[in-house]
Amino acid sequence: MRHLFHLWVYLETTPLLGLTATLAIYSLAAAIARRLRFHPLANPVLMAIVLLALIVEVGHIPYAVYFQGAQYVHFLLGPATVALAVPMYANLRRIHAAARAILPAILAGSLASAVSAMLIARAFAAPRLVVLSLAPKSVTTPIAMGIAEAIGGQPSLAAVFVLLTGLTASVLMLPLLRWARISDWRAIGLAAGTAGHGLATSQILLRSETAGAFGGLAIGLNGIITALIVPLLARLLAGG
Amino acid sequence: MLRGLTILLICQFIGEILARGLELPIPGPVLGMLLLLAGLAFRGRKGRSQPPADVKTAAEGLLSHLGLLFVPAGVGVVTELDVLGENWLAVTAALLGSTIAGLLVTGFVMQRLARPEE
Repeated sequence: MRHLFHLWVYLETTPLLGLTATLAIYSLAAAIARRLRFHPLANPVLMAIVLLALIVEVGHIPYAVYFQGAQYVHFLLGPATVALAVPMYANLRRIHAAARAILPAILAGSLASAVSAMLIARAFAAPRLVVLSLAPKSVTTPIAMGIAEAIGGQPSLAAVFVLLTGLTASVLMLPLLRWARISDWRAIGLAAGTAGHGLATSQILLRSETAGAFGGLAIGLNGIITALIVPLLARLLAGG
Repeated sequence: MLRGLTILLICQFIGEILARGLELPIPGPVLGMLLLLAGLAFRGRKGRSQPPADVKTAAEGLLSHLGLLFVPAGVGVVTELDVLGENWLAVTAALLGSTIAGLLVTGFVMQRLARPEE
């Protein structure tokens, strides 16, 4: 028994636990998703997060202890964002050809996401902190946390909303856009990147490289646009 | 692979320095992405239209597991369970409604304005 306690103390201080658990559970979730033939509801990211959150809660492992190991995976989000330049470059000619449609589409989508999120939350009488943390939810995590902090929201809450938004977009995008008769891969990719940032883009990239390239472009442009307009929207729509 | 990853990190590094140094509202990795894109386009103009093989390998390796990289931040949901529990209806409605609105509006405007490709 004492031996086991020492083992636990050791595991709590090393990044090994969080890192191994993240990779193992994600591999398991990916295998399940493959078994279910990538059904939109069998999202490997969603399954992995739910499983790991359960483990962390049930095992009374502080999130900081888990993150000590998981941070190495989290860190790779940065270089992965840079890497989106590669599919973008492969599609540069097509992006250039559609340049005049891209900016209005992202601007409209960005406004629609932020305004509707804040208004719906207010309609359901959510507190101001929640409304403000929802405003930057469609952009990539680091920029959303920065915006939330700047407008008086809560960065950690914003990060959770960003993730839930990406998952929602991953699950809904293909059936929803098919229903709306939006079949152009450029439009699907742009919608994924604008409404569901890197998470939805990573799922659409598996279906079409074109969609992935337009998604990557949308992540970058939407990040910039949102950082500029959300502080304004917050002042207009957050309420007292 | 190693050289490719190093190039990606250098782009991010320069992006972070620019973003923080100039207090830009754009995150460093996004600037890094634009930087790499500019670099690849510059090489392309010089006649080397393919990205360097090791950059391509590193980028494809990272992007094929992009979903995994969101997992650690996602598990952070456990730190916000109280706020989420108190506001679950408002949060669910806002997330669903705004994501549907964002997807439809972006996709619709893009498909309407972009000329079909041959």
